[in-house]
Amino acid sequence: MTVLFGVFLLTLIVITALAIVQTQHLFVAVILAGIFSLLIAVIFFLLDAADVALTEAAIGAGISTMLFLAALTLTAEYERSGSANRLLALGVVAVTTLIMIYATFDKPRLGDPAAPVQQHVAPWYLEHTPEAIGIPNVVTAVLASFRGYDTLGEVSVILTAGIGVLFLFGAKPRRQSGPQRIAPHEPGRGLRHYLIPRVVGQLLIPFILLFGLYVQFHGDYGPGGGFQAGAIVAAAFILYALLEGEAQILRVLPQRLLTGLIAGGALLYGAVGVAGILLGGSFLDYSVLAANPITGQHIGILLIEAGVGITVTGVLISVFHALAARGSV
Amino acid sequence: MELFGLYNYWVYTVLLMIGFYAVIAKPNLIKKLIGLSIFQSAVFLLFITMGKVRGGTAPIFQAGVEDQVFSNPLPQVLILTAIVVGISTTALGLGIVVRIKEEYGSIEEHEIQELDRQ
Amino acid sequence: MSLLLHVSSWVLLSLGGAFVFIGGVGVLRMPNLYTRMHAASLTDSMGAALIIAGVMLQAGPSLAAIKLAAILLFLLLTSPTATNALASAALLAGLRPEEDTSSPEECGE
Repeated sequence: MTVLFGVFLLTLIVITALAIVQTQHLFVAVILAGIFSLLIAVIFFLLDAADVALTEAAIGAGISTMLFLAALTLTAEYERSGSANRLLALGVVAVTTLIMIYATFDKPRLGDPAAPVQQHVAPWYLEHTPEAIGIPNVVTAVLASFRGYDTLGEVSVILTAGIGVLFLFGAKPRRQSGPQRIAPHEPGRGLRHYLIPRVVGQLLIPFILLFGLYVQFHGDYGPGGGFQAGAIVAAAFILYALLEGEAQILRVLPQRLLTGLIAGGALLYGAVGVAGILLGGSFLDYSVLAANPITGQHIGILLIEAGVGITVTGVLISVFHALAARGSV
Repeated sequence: MELFGLYNYWVYTVLLMIGFYAVIAKPNLIKKLIGLSIFQSAVFLLFITMGKVRGGTAPIFQAGVEDQVFSNPLPQVLILTAIVVGISTTALGLGIVVRIKEEYGSIEEHEIQELDRQ
Repeated sequence: MSLLLHVSSWVLLSLGGAFVFIGGVGVLRMPNLYTRMHAASLTDSMGAALIIAGVMLQAGPSLAAIKLAAILLFLLLTSPTATNALASAALLAGLRPEEDTSSPEECGE
């Protein structure tokens, strides 16, 4: 039964992707991309990847759609059709598809426990997580502790993207070339005239923030962690910005505080690593952070996940500000 | 069932090529970015598919349940990182597209190349 | 007792699925935006409520049932708001309900 459901969802995903490429109305393409991300999140859940499904739903379906829509208001609404080398592109794509499908016949079948990928490192992680780190969620243990270096690199990537966007939008636009928008109220005032979204939004924002905190700290015991929590908290603040307007959100969260958050999270991560060195271990060795190595691991994972969540929140809100404030300049 | 064992990989191939086609054949810059995001999602699908074990469950130890079969946690860790890197790339790409629109007045590839040649 | 629970949960799930299907058919067949929103709201309210109720019966009295009830509350709070915001946006863009007589075939572009 689950197999049929999975096959149905996968076919739906392919149809959605074809529709995205086909349509010329960019707004439709962006909304379809959001639907695509949600369907992929369900597929991930069917394939036992609960953490990844949560991340894909929060970031792919939520934040990505919002960023694309913000960029669409500043650029074009329709795509102009036609490209010179379409037949060549179709030919290349068709040939590559056939070659790759021919290659898939050598792959291990879905769910094969004797596949090479299940043999070497994965059983070691599954065996050693309870005794070395002592938290139930193996994915968080591997992400934060066994492979902490990779996660440090990832935080640097988010940091770099945030810095890049802030640099790009640091210069004011030279001429007013944005599209004419139908705004009966002053830009930057949000949805102040619309009572229902404002009331419901103000009711929900505390709960969204609470849920974000829950996801942040329950990453050890269930699906969750810094990335998902950062996206959820950023979504709560962006909802506030949409409802109350840019001026209000900049009073609540000034840009300096956001820049501090962006840098502070990555700094916290690096500081935990250096603290490991100062206390006698190696870089990002959490076992030396407390008298009991397992407690040290818990403290280390808590601190670095907090650092990750802080940086992700700061970057996502800053990118939203950069795109949203551009139109009203 | 034999075919369904490979269906995920075929879907991955088709999605990869759809995203790739959008990147190389569509002149609109936003369409290219959406195509890139489809391409990335296809790769995520491949990795997570490879990690699935028949009869397994999500790699979270449940208290009091012995001898569980877990799906592979390692691809999930890699894809968690990859999703966030993907959104960072998309955000930066969208920033560049908005700036291109401000400077050139268009986000169609051939028009930008025309303006560059002048 | 458990047979009764299973049967009633199946009935609720099937009814919820039927409402989602009817909502989908409505979105495809209705002539303009406002009537389509009416059809789509069927999915969010009746469809979601019945399906979540059916799953809650399967979960039994546990933490999962409380989480499902919270999800249902959240859905019932946010989907009508989203429909309201969508209708406000359409009115703001100038689409009047009584003037919009476009047919389903034209509305796909």
